[in-house]
Amino acid sequence: MLIGILIELAQLLLVALGAPLLVGLIRKLKARLQGRRGARLLQPYLDMRKWLVKEAVVSENTSWIFRFTPYLQASVMLLSALLIPLLTVQTPLGFTGNIIVLMYLFLLATFFLALAGLDAGSAFGGMGSSREMTIAALAEPTVMIAIFAIALRVGSTSLAEIVRRGASESMLLLNPGHLLAFIALFIVTLAETGRLPIDNPSTHLELTMIHEAMILEYSGRHLALVEWASGMKLFLFLSLLANLFFPWGVAMNRNGSLVLLAGVVLALKVGLLAAIIAVLETSMAKLRLFRVPELLSGSFLLALLAVASFFFVR
Amino acid sequence: MTQIGEAQLLRLLAVALACFMAGALGALVCGRSARFARWVGHVAAILGGLGLLFLSLAGLAGNTFGFFLPRLIPISGVALGLDRLSAFFLLVIAIGALTASVYGLAYTREYEGRHSLAAYGFAFNFFLAAMALVVLARNGLTFLILWEGMSLASYLLVMTENDRRETLRAGWTYLVMTHAGFACLLVGFLVMGHFAGTMDFARWHALTGGWHGPARHAVFVLLGLGFGSKAGVIPLHIWLPQAHPAAPTPVSALMSGVMIKLGIYGLVRLGFDWFGPGPAWWGAAVLIVAAISAVLGVLYALVEHDLKRLLAYHSVENIGIILLGVGAGMLFQTYGLHALAALALVAGLYHTLNHAIFKSLLFMGSGAILQATHTRNMEEMGGLIKRMPQTAVCFLVGSVAIAALPPFNGFISEWLTFQSLLLSFQIPARATNLVFVVAVAALALTSGLAAACFVKAFGITFLALPRSEHAERAHEVTFSMRAAMLLLAISCLGLGVAPFPVLSFLNKTTFDLIGTQADVRFQWTSIAAHGAFATVSPLWIAAALLVLLAAIPIGLRLTGANLRRRTYETWGCGRALQTARFEYTATAFANPFKRVFGLLYRPVKELDIEFHPESRFFMRTIAYRNEARSIFEDALYRPLTRFAQSLGRRARVLQSGNVHVYLLYILIALVVLLLLAR
Repeated sequence: MLIGILIELAQLLLVALGAPLLVGLIRKLKARLQGRRGARLLQPYLDMRKWLVKEAVVSENTSWIFRFTPYLQASVMLLSALLIPLLTVQTPLGFTGNIIVLMYLFLLATFFLALAGLDAGSAFGGMGSSREMTIAALAEPTVMIAIFAIALRVGSTSLAEIVRRGASESMLLLNPGHLLAFIALFIVTLAETGRLPIDNPSTHLELTMIHEAMILEYSGRHLALVEWASGMKLFLFLSLLANLFFPWGVAMNRNGSLVLLAGVVLALKVGLLAAIIAVLETSMAKLRLFRVPELLSGSFLLALLAVASFFFVR
Repeated sequence: MTQIGEAQLLRLLAVALACFMAGALGALVCGRSARFARWVGHVAAILGGLGLLFLSLAGLAGNTFGFFLPRLIPISGVALGLDRLSAFFLLVIAIGALTASVYGLAYTREYEGRHSLAAYGFAFNFFLAAMALVVLARNGLTFLILWEGMSLASYLLVMTENDRRETLRAGWTYLVMTHAGFACLLVGFLVMGHFAGTMDFARWHALTGGWHGPARHAVFVLLGLGFGSKAGVIPLHIWLPQAHPAAPTPVSALMSGVMIKLGIYGLVRLGFDWFGPGPAWWGAAVLIVAAISAVLGVLYALVEHDLKRLLAYHSVENIGIILLGVGAGMLFQTYGLHALAALALVAGLYHTLNHAIFKSLLFMGSGAILQATHTRNMEEMGGLIKRMPQTAVCFLVGSVAIAALPPFNGFISEWLTFQSLLLSFQIPARATNLVFVVAVAALALTSGLAAACFVKAFGITFLALPRSEHAERAHEVTFSMRAAMLLLAISCLGLGVAPFPVLSFLNKTTFDLIGTQADVRFQWTSIAAHGAFATVSPLWIAAALLVLLAAIPIGLRLTGANLRRRTYETWGCGRALQTARFEYTATAFANPFKRVFGLLYRPVKELDIEFHPESRFFMRTIAYRNEARSIFEDALYRPLTRFAQSLGRRARVLQSGNVHVYLLYILIALVVLLLLAR
């Protein structure tokens, strides 16, 4: 019981404290790749502190939705941190939701963020909400079909079970269907977390921003919570990719030293994925908004192939 | 489980029906005083609804009755009966009847002096009684007569606001579609009765077991079309987006929440009770029609800015989701996977109940807005969350529930549907597997689009600044309307957090139909489908969310964050004035979807600018029209009506007006009939 609580606490802290570091790492890597020195690695923490010290300015047009949303964002991400087998497959709360529940929790957060974008009554917020929901809706079929592809091979949609099976059968990972599903989910990750080439996290140019447009009215502690939550979302998506498809290092029990080792391995895996994202963002331009559906339907096709390959190759 | 005798159940049914009859006749008798008619009609309906509620609970607990009146209608007599499936749909009807009556009591006050409340009260009670009896009917003729009664009563209700042209058109469409469906049912039942040799529902299952041949398929298609047109599946849906907005709001809630579910009831009876496991194409056809209905329903809803029409299109979508469960169940049954068939059917039936609840809630919310702002056009709303805070919360709950997000009820049923679709890989037929893959993708796309649509519906309607004077002056609606909405909102949460009791009743319902327990374990704290294939614990998720939501403000306080808040203008790029005209509109919100799915919408765009005669740099007026066309009306129904009209024109030749010729026709018809029926 106590160990269970400790494990969940460790996962919570890992996500909560690791998220700003991940954001800082990607920024730093991008800066180096672009030949800049960039801000220091820990800059996101300093930003958070700055926002927390400032008072929150809230538009007079807004309602409680606007003020409630940042808290919901952070809560949903922290809850997800409890469900995902980040360190060990034996998470006490793992049974409370499978991978589909997780995706719907993320959609809940997106839903409220889009509402908050409309709440202040500025054209920017509405534009961001509309675009965000378009992309979220179009990404949804890819997510589910990719999950289907995984479930076909593993025989389960439980996160812990997928990790366990992947770790015990190394041949599973070499399966072409699995690889296709990975690529499909990777593209979806870029879309869901607002990275290039779908959305540019560092832009404040009115006509191109999506996520940034939605949260334009936030300031102070609200902004801190929203930014923290989007960092956590990125962390969670990358660790999902890392642990579901490359489950090496995840502890199969609750042994303390193995869990500790799992933390180190996870950090390496997420760091590697962050480096891939940094390279991608440096080498790619943002897509026009109406080209994004083409990219997403491409990823959908990959996921579909992943499923079809199971039925036709078995 | 308490056993209740048949006599007591029948007495309960008689009391409920007597209430409805008293309400119907009372409203007519008191027609002189609109106020009195309103009270009599609604109070009777509430009492009758309570009676139905008790009856349905008794039925779900396993009590049954059978009742036969041989002489009331000729040939087959009236046969009524109660089993778990009937009891479950009776529960849906009872919930709808109770809340719609409580809501309607206040809502119809506006009609006093404008529309006939006597006719309304009569048709309303008649409608409720007919719906309750439809699910209890136990032979073909009884069923058809009650079905037609239900359709006619709902037609009368749609026509309540008959001083508007839109209502007349909607009523006509509804009348035509419902009778086309009725014709299919009539022929289907007659063919079935002919081959089975009886109109008795209870004996059909045994008699159709060894029945093969084209007539069996014909019966399935005919009854499927008949029930499908009532359920509103695409392409038989065109009456929904016309009739639901035209009807008074309590009636929209009842039609959308309850009546179209009786189409589902018919399809479930057809697929699981009257026929045993059918050929694979039956289930596949249902699954494909369901997927098309779900995706196209929500896509049409997205570009709709009339709040009630938007909700009507969402009914098409949700019927699709329900039928995904039903169709999957039929396919599983074909391949002998009965435990999975039961799981899929449980999912479909749970979504039936959930949709009845959140769609009634949303329609009632739209009615409250309609009364407060006198418009259904979303582009004239906005800022209502401050003027109608309680309606706003209820509508938000309904929106989150229909978008299938946790921790509300829509999520649980959609989750179960997903699991049953994913488990389809156990079917050893490749083509069928691919149909299921399409269904999974369709359901996923539907749920994403539904979330987008309800961001629009709630965000544009309730948030930011009011876009018109009507919205500016809006105020909260009366207590009884809010009470009905609140009741439904609480049910949404309750069925989402603690689905266990209802699901276990549903498990027994499907057991009665399929004969196997569903492949799922329910507990208060968790649902586990197919062993460890998928688990969810709605109670824990809701509790953890609540704890975290409370912990974060405490954490902020502990870390010494600045907790002050300053209210200021929205940032407007330095503009001096912030008005509602800067806000994003519903049209703008839906525009990306319109472009992405342009092939489907084939949008019509018109931009008329009238310039100032002196200079082209000044505009006098600017008009912009952008609307989506319905493929089905253009490509399917318009040619059909044109064909029917030309047939009519040709048939006019027969109508000479000469009595002698008509007598000759009668003679010929008689001779032909006598020859045929030798």
